[in-house]
Amino acid sequence: MKIKVVSNILKANDSIAEENRQLFKNNKLFVMNLISSPGAGKTSLLERTIKACNGKISIGVIEGDIATTRDAERIEKTGARVIQINTNGACHLDSNMIRTSLQNFPLNGLDILFIENVGNLVCPANFHLGEDIKAVVLSIAEGEDKPKKYPGIFREARVLIINKIDLLPYTDCSIDKIKNESLEINPDLNIFEVSCRSGDGLDRWCNWVKAQKEEKK
Amino acid sequence: MHELSIVQNILDIAESEARKNNAKKIIKIGLKIGEMSGVVIDSIIFCFETLKTNTIARDAELLIDHIPLAGKCKNCGSNFQINNYIFKCNTCNNNDIEIITGRELFVDELEVE
Repeated sequence: MKIKVVSNILKANDSIAEENRQLFKNNKLFVMNLISSPGAGKTSLLERTIKACNGKISIGVIEGDIATTRDAERIEKTGARVIQINTNGACHLDSNMIRTSLQNFPLNGLDILFIENVGNLVCPANFHLGEDIKAVVLSIAEGEDKPKKYPGIFREARVLIINKIDLLPYTDCSIDKIKNESLEINPDLNIFEVSCRSGDGLDRWCNWVKAQKEEKK
Repeated sequence: MHELSIVQNILDIAESEARKNNAKKIIKIGLKIGEMSGVVIDSIIFCFETLKTNTIARDAELLIDHIPLAGKCKNCGSNFQINNYIFKCNTCNNNDIEIITGRELFVDELEVE
């Protein structure tokens, strides 16, 4: 006997993501899912962004890592509210991990919630968490060929942050190629060029984040 | 690397549908997997062979329909296959393209007895 099923394999994740989205909406919270390969500078970008908001905007962070609480400790020093998820091997955060962590993470009083995903350009693209937008961070040292190698996340993301632009003189990386090939995959991508080390480009980025928050209110 | 959990979801869906239909055994599981779904088909097959033992799908065969990436131009309405992830209309050059196929990741049908 044949049975027609037509059932989304990721529906279990998607339906919990929808519950998370509703919870975030009820709290008028702007939520960004930050995705990159390991070492691109997600945590540094968060440290810089939190400092730039300087207490005017209340920021919370959910840190996702396979192991250690090192990132959460870094964020804690900025004064932002933070919780660490250890996936113990899993290559991405899923919506259920977020829902569980929210039981110990009050959302009241927060304006923006950043979810720092596990360092990985592949799997996190498929697992929605209930966020408003996905942001992809790519650093100069990783090379200009990454957008076409990992098209899924560049299509899913609303924003691309090109980090470590202070390294440009020491590499053969073409920032124009990164931008052109990213825009071939996703013409609506907002692109920021920053250096979390020197601070270049961060003003424009932080202003954009603040504007997103205002739109959500 | 998330293929293991994806295959577990496939088996959960298949077993639950089979039970609803009072089936004792799953013979075939038909999947539709798009070019841009982000999963590796070889890994799906490998994980399936491992996870299906001790389930009513232990003798089941996986049939995978691999669906190419295709888009529809929001300007001129033409449909076309997207190559090399260039989202640009080959008729009018517009780059506002809606993906019409290629993101599928679902259990399409089962054969049971």
